[in-house]
Amino acid sequence: MKLSYAAAAAVALLAGCAQTDAPRTASAQAPRTPPRTYSRDPFPSTYKAYPGTVTAITGATVFDGEGGRIDNGTVVLADGLVQAVGGADTAIPEGATRIDAAGKWVTPGIIDIHSHLGDYPSPSVEAHQDGNEVTGPVRPEVWAEHSVWPHDPGFSRALVNGGVTSLHILPGSANLFGGRGVTLKNVPGRTMQQMKFPGAPYSLKMACGENPKRVYGGRNQMPGSRMANIALMRQTWARGAEYKRKWDAYERNGGEMPGRDLAMDTLRGVLAGEITVQNHCYRADEMANIMDMAKEFGYKVAAFHHAVESYKIADLLKANGVCSAMWADWYGFKMEAYDGIQENIPLVHNAGACTIVHSDDANGIQRLYQEAAKALANGRRMGIRISDEVAWTWLGINPAKALGIGDRTGSLRAGKMADVVLWNGHPFSVYTRPERIWVDGALMYDSADPRRRPVSDFELGQPGEGDVK
Amino acid sequence: MTGAFVTEGRHAGLDPASTNTAGRRFKGPRSWIPAFAGMTACALALLATPAFAQTVAITGGTVALGDGSEPIEGGTVIIRNGRITAAGRNVAVPADAQRVDATGKWVTPGIVAGFSRVGLVEVDAVNSTNDISAANSPFSAAIDVAPAINPRAMSIQVNRAGGVTRAIVAPGTAKSIFAGQGAVIDLGNDMEPVTRARAFQFVELGETGADEAGGSRAAAHVLFRNALREARDLGARFAPVSGGSGAREPRADDQRDFPLEEVPDSRLMSAGATRSDDVLLTRFDAAALVPVLQGRQLLLVHVERASDILQVLALKKEFPRLRLVLVGATEGWTIADRIAAARVPVIANALNDLPSTFEQLAATQSNVARMRAAGIPVALGMINDDESRQVRLARQQAGNLVAIGRVPGASGLSWGEALATITSGPAEAVGMGGEIGSLRPGRRADVVVWSGDPFENGSAAEIVLIDGIRQPLDNHQTKLRDRYRIAPEGDLPKAYER
Repeated sequence: MKLSYAAAAAVALLAGCAQTDAPRTASAQAPRTPPRTYSRDPFPSTYKAYPGTVTAITGATVFDGEGGRIDNGTVVLADGLVQAVGGADTAIPEGATRIDAAGKWVTPGIIDIHSHLGDYPSPSVEAHQDGNEVTGPVRPEVWAEHSVWPHDPGFSRALVNGGVTSLHILPGSANLFGGRGVTLKNVPGRTMQQMKFPGAPYSLKMACGENPKRVYGGRNQMPGSRMANIALMRQTWARGAEYKRKWDAYERNGGEMPGRDLAMDTLRGVLAGEITVQNHCYRADEMANIMDMAKEFGYKVAAFHHAVESYKIADLLKANGVCSAMWADWYGFKMEAYDGIQENIPLVHNAGACTIVHSDDANGIQRLYQEAAKALANGRRMGIRISDEVAWTWLGINPAKALGIGDRTGSLRAGKMADVVLWNGHPFSVYTRPERIWVDGALMYDSADPRRRPVSDFELGQPGEGDVK
Repeated sequence: MTGAFVTEGRHAGLDPASTNTAGRRFKGPRSWIPAFAGMTACALALLATPAFAQTVAITGGTVALGDGSEPIEGGTVIIRNGRITAAGRNVAVPADAQRVDATGKWVTPGIVAGFSRVGLVEVDAVNSTNDISAANSPFSAAIDVAPAINPRAMSIQVNRAGGVTRAIVAPGTAKSIFAGQGAVIDLGNDMEPVTRARAFQFVELGETGADEAGGSRAAAHVLFRNALREARDLGARFAPVSGGSGAREPRADDQRDFPLEEVPDSRLMSAGATRSDDVLLTRFDAAALVPVLQGRQLLLVHVERASDILQVLALKKEFPRLRLVLVGATEGWTIADRIAAARVPVIANALNDLPSTFEQLAATQSNVARMRAAGIPVALGMINDDESRQVRLARQQAGNLVAIGRVPGASGLSWGEALATITSGPAEAVGMGGEIGSLRPGRRADVVVWSGDPFENGSAAEIVLIDGIRQPLDNHQTKLRDRYRIAPEGDLPKAYER
């Protein structure tokens, strides 16, 4: 089967190889034919890993992020990558910086699949409210990355206190189609592009339930009800499918170039499998509706976010291969959160469905490891047996896979990005904090070195500048 | 706050009779369902009988008194008639005592939520269930939250199961800098939640206060002074009359020594005299501020910015009888010596570390420990989005304040100090340290037996006593958990499983 330019570009994107955008790649291959497509990557990542040294962490308890555990483990980092993960007999390169981590823990950097840092930055003033395009319920043309303020002090707290090394910035949930989300590496930049995770696919943020119907129903617009939520989503997917047909045909056969529609570009990307779907949804019954709609139009939901009722349909979620990104114990702040329970996370895990701990919060992102710990304990208390190292998948490989970056980060494996946290104790203890953090092998935080602590532009000259926050 | 749907839920687009509980001690037997595993059947049986005229000894556990001291291994707690009679090491167990074996467990006073809205709301975003503030009320300072407390609210059941036994409940402001009068409540499974009504007046004098006052801090301050002037004028003319809840009722059954006077309902003071035409406040609102002005009722003031804190402390020069408690004080650490010198207690957020507003630029998780080190009595409160549902997180927050002490350059609390910030600290801040918040003799027997170190993420409350009465720990959430232990239906629909 012949791959179209678009499909080839998508494959390259998902493989993380295409840091140049599609047309240039295409024109290099076919110089005499003008490209019959549009750029999938007009705001390309300019992220560059900072220099690191060859480092060997020894004597640590290692949770590898995929469910594995090594006692008295060694992790070797070099050239921005994990070189080796193993026991005490792991070969250590000559000249490596050795870190004795006896009595300490090493994990992959945490990945938060649901953040609004940069889009709703601190200080939370009106001028900074950039995460919801509340001018219409269908806004797949807006991209969260264009609202990201790289100087949000929240990024540094997520790193230093939370051990978060990659995070997915989503539009809010006012709209049925909220726009595209972007994955960032949690390394300060002057521009969003400098933080952008190279090659990570975009997501489409969708929302069901109370928020869209409240916002627009309150204005006497559609949707004013849950049934209208679904109707308008389906109508929009039908448009997206038509748009995809036209563009697919044009890219394959030539002819008159179809009109360009940025909103439909995003839907086409979803239907082509290039863009993941991250779907805000609370109630179990609504998730079931969304999964049927996804089948109807031929796309897949990567994860339901918030998903406080996932425990009611954990079997269905497993059968559909859809992840749930959840809080440990939030409930009751709105009607659709009334049935939130503390065992949601372990119950979903126990049913064999994909389980993720998320924050959606500039404070919560600093304690995701504690949220996972609470959920784990609540599960054990009701008799669900999950080991610590398996529970770390909720913060590691599971969110990485749901974001389409599972082959690059989210676990400690040779050849993956050296995104690593050294914890000063068991990372499920309330008494534990990150001690050192590497991103792509570069030491970005050292609790013992005040110079290895990011201070945002906003905080310079303010009271408490450079303080331990 | 932030947009309506941002950090979902917590900013979910919200627009947003003094019954002392002495009676509870004399209640008859109650039934309850053991909602946990791990306790021995023996221990379960012991407290199932009423606490009336009964002595209970909780033995063998790691006991933390809540007064700032460090935990005691193998400690004993003695409860008699709903009160603590002894706690600590080398405590003799009376021969008639029913024993609860807490070996391997931790025993602490129940958590006291330092600033909360527990019991005032069922679902935040459902206005009909939300009694936190009243944007269309003609009244402000006169508002008294006590009648709005719903002891059956899910937040009370869920937080009780999380080991919270008392809460300081404040109304929220809407159209005035004055929110009204808050209460101290218990989270017990009965219909008498109010421990002390009208325990304090709550006022906003920072960014929120500026907004409520018409747009500036200066306006808030002049409004505040005008209100106290009107209260002074009114207080000089009126005397309380009997009748209604304004009457001082005899408290023959209650020999407790409250440091503060029980405040009568000032709203019902005689309306027999005319007031000046030059007033902004309703008569009820002005009357409600009389006890504040006279120092008979605490004034809780929410401010965050260092300069705002100092302006509040300066109010004592103009109004010497004010009894202030600072709420918030995120930048308190930068002027800790001056707060300490004013001898004003603080109820602070534990983990604010973002400049989320311009009045919190100096936010750091070290704030509480730095203020504590300066000698300020500090308690933790939920001056954020968790105040109505998640006060059970106080213990996790306290643990984090211990954790940060291990980070170079940061300031943390000792374990015992951290426990005090969520037990005796809040109790003392509202003048009730002699009554609740610790396991010292004479205090109400609000006691929690935990599966382990209560700060740890893996620990849970296993036994909760309020006034010596064992409390049920099951609720809507635990029943959902049990129904959906296995998601698919069995022989009948889920609606038949319970």
